[in-house]
Amino acid sequence: MTHSIAEANLDGNRTAGIPAEPVLALRDVHKSFGAQHVLDGIGLTVVRGETLAVLGRSGVGKSVLLKLIIGLENMDSGSICIHGQEIRGLGLNEMNRLRIKMGFLFQHAALYDSLTVGQNVAFPLERHTKMPASARSACVKEWLSRVGMEGDLNKMPSDISGGMKKRVGLARALALRPEILLLDEPTAGLDPITSGEIDDLVLKLNQEHALTSIVVTHDLHSARTIADRLALLEKGKVMMEGSFQELSESNDDFVREFFKRDS
Amino acid sequence: MISRSLEWFGDLGSFSWKVIRAAITRPFELREIIRQFDEIGSKTLPLVALAGAAVGTVLAFESRSTLVHFGAKSVLPGAIVYSIVHEMGPIVTGLVVAGRVGAGIGAELGSMKVTEQIDAIEASAVNPYKLLVFTRVLVCIVVLPLLTLVTDFSGVFGGWIAVTLADPISFHRFLDKGFSGVSFSDFLAPTFRTCAFGLIIGLVACFQGMRTRGGTEGVGRSATNSVVLSSLFVILADVILVKLILIFFP
Repeated sequence: MTHSIAEANLDGNRTAGIPAEPVLALRDVHKSFGAQHVLDGIGLTVVRGETLAVLGRSGVGKSVLLKLIIGLENMDSGSICIHGQEIRGLGLNEMNRLRIKMGFLFQHAALYDSLTVGQNVAFPLERHTKMPASARSACVKEWLSRVGMEGDLNKMPSDISGGMKKRVGLARALALRPEILLLDEPTAGLDPITSGEIDDLVLKLNQEHALTSIVVTHDLHSARTIADRLALLEKGKVMMEGSFQELSESNDDFVREFFKRDS
Repeated sequence: MISRSLEWFGDLGSFSWKVIRAAITRPFELREIIRQFDEIGSKTLPLVALAGAAVGTVLAFESRSTLVHFGAKSVLPGAIVYSIVHEMGPIVTGLVVAGRVGAGIGAELGSMKVTEQIDAIEASAVNPYKLLVFTRVLVCIVVLPLLTLVTDFSGVFGGWIAVTLADPISFHRFLDKGFSGVSFSDFLAPTFRTCAFGLIIGLVACFQGMRTRGGTEGVGRSATNSVVLSSLFVILADVILVKLILIFFP
């Protein structure tokens, strides 16, 4: 059973009369790993400045969805458009041009363990800007200070906690000032206080930089805090889309069970 | 088994093609290349020097008794130098580098793969085949002949020590006698065939590392497979290249 109430709600959430510009559009996306169908016809649209939280059980393909968007995995069929550009069949250079516009926070932060915290954040800047070293260093310090890690510039990733790694990962994802932010379980495995801090940070950064974000999460509290809209995946499809309130008040058995269990 | 082997070679071919494509585009990753020269070259140098000296010493001990038996003791320096320069130096260097560098690259890239660091590089719009693979393969190709020179020198030196313990001879005279029967082509072709060993070690180790799956166990498996496969292919390549060298430099 698929409910599609999101698009109607979106216009209500956005400025009245001005159609929201879709930044990301997924249509009938399929992805299998061997005999396992992970995504079975996913369709989602995310408009400029919107934060979409993708919920669902473990193994339902939430992280795969993010990896398809940034081109780390190839879809079997369907279409993914970023800023109106279809990514299917794009060459490496064209895909990289799109990737520069996206920031990706990995579930376990995926910091480069041979580089310091500061070097991790500087990595995309070194690669894609012609900033002089002093400006780059200032930019790194600024991003680290935004995520509350300015004192840990010279630490190695192995010397910091999981929550701190997520913060550094977030700073790295934002270093190039992307238009789209993809967050894979930003609060997974963190204590409630650190989770709350990460949520506040994401919310603040989204608002300040008008980012379009997709957040994959199991954490309903986090989804409620940072997302404009939620999409619940089940059996490779979008089971239901809508605001937190709409999903939490749904009469669908699965949706009710999901929200009840998580709460 | 056969289909798995064919699949492995097919995947290696596709991997190599990606590396070649990455190699011919900018940027050329000079900083990473310099870092790899230190990792692969400088840090392997003491190991190959030690291995070369040990091989030279053993070669001298073993050859001496046989040559004395046949009354050919005077050709001992020549036999040692020729054996080391022609065969022992290159193959010992190849196998030592396959062991140390193969395991290192396999484990490093394997660990990066399972912790999604390689995905993070790709997500940052950086080509990991250029940054991680091309740089290592290139450095392996360039460094192997240089390390072979070190192995050759320390092998000859070790041989001289062993010889001079039994029959004192000056190092200068040992070298004179040793190199009198060795031409430039005897030295050049075997030394440069180690470029092929470098290509094999770098490519196989990076390939195994980049296709790692299954957490820490997978990392261990990649490191082991990198060493085993690169050593095996170095030996096979040696057989083929020795034959080719004999054909083209008779």
